[in-house]
Amino acid sequence: MSEVHYDETLDTKGLNCPMPVVKARKKIGELAPGQVLRIISTDRGSIKDFQGWAKIGKNLELLGQETVDEDGTELYLHFIQKTS
Amino acid sequence: MSVSDVTTPSGKVDMNELLERLSAVEQRVETLEESQPDDMVALIVFSGELDRVLAAFVIATGAAALGQEVSMFFTFWGLSVLKQGRTLAGKGLFEKMMTVMSPNNSTDLPVSKMNYFGVGAKMLRQMMKDSGVSSLEEMMAMCKEMGVKMLACEMSKDVMGIRDEELMDGLEPAGVAAFLGESLRSRTNLFI
Repeated sequence: MSEVHYDETLDTKGLNCPMPVVKARKKIGELAPGQVLRIISTDRGSIKDFQGWAKIGKNLELLGQETVDEDGTELYLHFIQKTS
Repeated sequence: MSVSDVTTPSGKVDMNELLERLSAVEQRVETLEESQPDDMVALIVFSGELDRVLAAFVIATGAAALGQEVSMFFTFWGLSVLKQGRTLAGKGLFEKMMTVMSPNNSTDLPVSKMNYFGVGAKMLRQMMKDSGVSSLEEMMAMCKEMGVKMLACEMSKDVMGIRDEELMDGLEPAGVAAFLGESLRSRTNLFI
């Protein structure tokens, strides 16, 4: 479904602002430097949220974002790498 | 170290003067760096209404998730958010009246519009649940977990007759200087 390589997935389907970012923060702490986290969200605001998160986070890089359709529900995928 | 003047095409340069100016600039840069704000967010929670308090906690949890150091300063009606019950013992008449008319804890908070004796607040909570938004109480727990600092204004506690045992644990008693100590170092300051 996607071309970006990732190590871990965080499912935040059904959760609204600010939960996807809060959960992602917790999850990325468990990753090793260089690893990539894929976040699945149903929150439309999460696109801008993760852009902002990556911009402010000192050790984060947003590798890509995708919107996919799953049985009529739009899913927003975010790929974030922990750089250090 | 001995320095000698240097002759350049544009004339003679006094090296001593140059070094003096350099150290003056270094000092100013250091002062500037010290006065730069930190990655901190300071919120004053003055309101005691569910909708406004929610806004404060969404920002607080979001900022904490973004790696900011967050401090929330609760004052006046905002203290209702931190209550875990009420006591009347040892209070004066006005204090008792204030206690009885104030929310018992965060689940009692009214909404700022269309409250209709609490029906509006119940409706809003249900609508939040339906939209996958965390409840106020969940956000408060998250804030604690993420190390958000919560300060309770001593002066408004005294004025409103709120006792320590009526408030939740883990709060730091604070005054205006304690808040300003945080806010002056913060990049973002909000009064809600």
